[in-house]
Amino acid sequence: MESVLGRYRNLTILVGVLFLQVLGLAVQVKRSGDSENTRLIRVWAVDAITPLERVLVWFQNDSRNIWRNYFFLRGVRAENRELKQQIEQMRLEQVRLTEDAEQAHRLQLLLAFKEQIIAKTVAAQVIGSSGSDLSRSIYIDKGSNEGIATDMAVITVGGIVGKVLRVYPSTSLVLMINDQTSGVGAMLEKSRLQGVLKGTADGTVVLERVMSDEKVDPGDRVLSSGGDQIFPKGLPVGTVAKVSPGREMFLKIEVKPSADLSRLEEVLVVTEKQEESAVADGVRVRAADILAQRLPSVPDKPAVDPAAMAGNSKPIEPAGGTSAGTKPLTSVDGSANSESSAHVATGSTFKVAGNGSAAATPAKATPVSGGSSQGVTPAGQTANGPVAKKTVLKPVSSDPVLNSSSPAAGTSSAGGVRPPKSSTEQQNLPVSPNPQPPATEDDPH
Amino acid sequence: MPITYTSGEQIEVYRFSIPVTVGVPLLALFLQAFVPRRLPFFSIFDLPLLVTIFFAMARRNPISGLFTGAAIGLAQDMLGAYPIGIYGIAKTVVGYFASSLGAKLDVENAGARFLVTLGFYLAHQAIYFTVARGMVSLTLNWSWGREILAGLANAVLGVGLYFLLDKFKQRT
Repeated sequence: MESVLGRYRNLTILVGVLFLQVLGLAVQVKRSGDSENTRLIRVWAVDAITPLERVLVWFQNDSRNIWRNYFFLRGVRAENRELKQQIEQMRLEQVRLTEDAEQAHRLQLLLAFKEQIIAKTVAAQVIGSSGSDLSRSIYIDKGSNEGIATDMAVITVGGIVGKVLRVYPSTSLVLMINDQTSGVGAMLEKSRLQGVLKGTADGTVVLERVMSDEKVDPGDRVLSSGGDQIFPKGLPVGTVAKVSPGREMFLKIEVKPSADLSRLEEVLVVTEKQEESAVADGVRVRAADILAQRLPSVPDKPAVDPAAMAGNSKPIEPAGGTSAGTKPLTSVDGSANSESSAHVATGSTFKVAGNGSAAATPAKATPVSGGSSQGVTPAGQTANGPVAKKTVLKPVSSDPVLNSSSPAAGTSSAGGVRPPKSSTEQQNLPVSPNPQPPATEDDPH
Repeated sequence: MPITYTSGEQIEVYRFSIPVTVGVPLLALFLQAFVPRRLPFFSIFDLPLLVTIFFAMARRNPISGLFTGAAIGLAQDMLGAYPIGIYGIAKTVVGYFASSLGAKLDVENAGARFLVTLGFYLAHQAIYFTVARGMVSLTLNWSWGREILAGLANAVLGVGLYFLLDKFKQRT
């Protein structure tokens, strides 16, 4: 340092003197600013320091930006990628869950139909029977005190048992399905052919009103159709044991009951059920479909002769007559009716001749088959669905199948609209709220 | 204390007495401030600069030359309205380099003195312009013709003035 100063002494002094003079100038000179004049030396000092500060700030911001835009974003990008993958997986899961939910909903709808129908049950023990081989009925230990009422369905886990025929305070009489006076609306599970399940004198159960040209195989399951408004739809009734030709173009289908009717110990009495049926959301069901579900299958409406329509007096008989699953008969007014099941029109009354039993006074309109009554105001039914209109019907002969020849002792149920043939004739017919115009006198049945 | 100057063996170093060292620059300053009011063309000359160049070349000492230039320049600034230090910086540089050049060259003949004066005048003007416009923000217009003409005029005047001032040289 000393050698440098000594070597360049003159130059050093020159620089020093010049610097002092420049400094003096800077002190004297003022730069005009916005509000006031600033001494040049202050301007120099600020100009000497601020660039360094700007550099430092720029470096700091740049470093921060590098962190934010690169290093930090690397993690953010990876996280974003990961989150996107999770979203995709969740979407797939959502689709799967949606499908499961829809399936569950559909199954729930299937089950809900039964759940809606069977809202409440009362368990009861079988305490006795009627004591007669001809009458297949049992007594249970529940009565009106427990909320039991007549025409309540009695079921077991295996299948249907019968219905409450008579109620006492603490006991009830249950008419089983294999009783000859019993009638249950039933249908084949596969073909959905509907018929009437009736008991016989020997205690067997047969499914009637199925046309002979229908295909029924042994082993087919029989379920309750719900058309009788006693047993909820879909309950197991039994299985087809034997199929043989029956009377008048119908099949005789012997059914083995699902419930062991000979070894009943405990039963359930359906004390409460809902009338509406489960309908899929957004799916509108036609009234005809609902009725078809409840009633035995209605045959197609035959071709109507214009001449007959013009006369409007005599209906055209369908080939093979009417049956549960075939063709409806036209009443006087031309409306088709179904006589596959026994129905009693609202307000109709009839007498069970001969046995002095109580006249049947149906409290609700039920479809009637094989009979007619005066003053019936059925809900007319056409091939396309029920038609509400009054129909003046002619009395017809009683249905030998539906009208029981052996009277049930002291029992009667809601009967058909036809007058019984014999004095001892009694009818225990399933009832339906939808009255059907009975068959006319031209009904082959 | 007399100021003695030493120089290299080949070049003579002169000294001046104190009255000459102080009086001549003051006289130059007075004439520079007074004569242009009577003779406007005289403003083209810069007598303090010529005196600075003479004393710097005669003493042949950069340090004395820069201080001589600084003193004369600052004194000239004090007479003006502009900030002090513009002429001071310019004449400081001229005094330093004129002394350095005088130590290297023989500037006793008229031709050398003419060229040195011309050169240093233009340098002086350049430095003045730079400082005035850069630091003081004076609005000055540089004209090569005018500056060269003024340089020639100062060089001619300087050659004559130098011969007068040689009378006051004292050999060391």
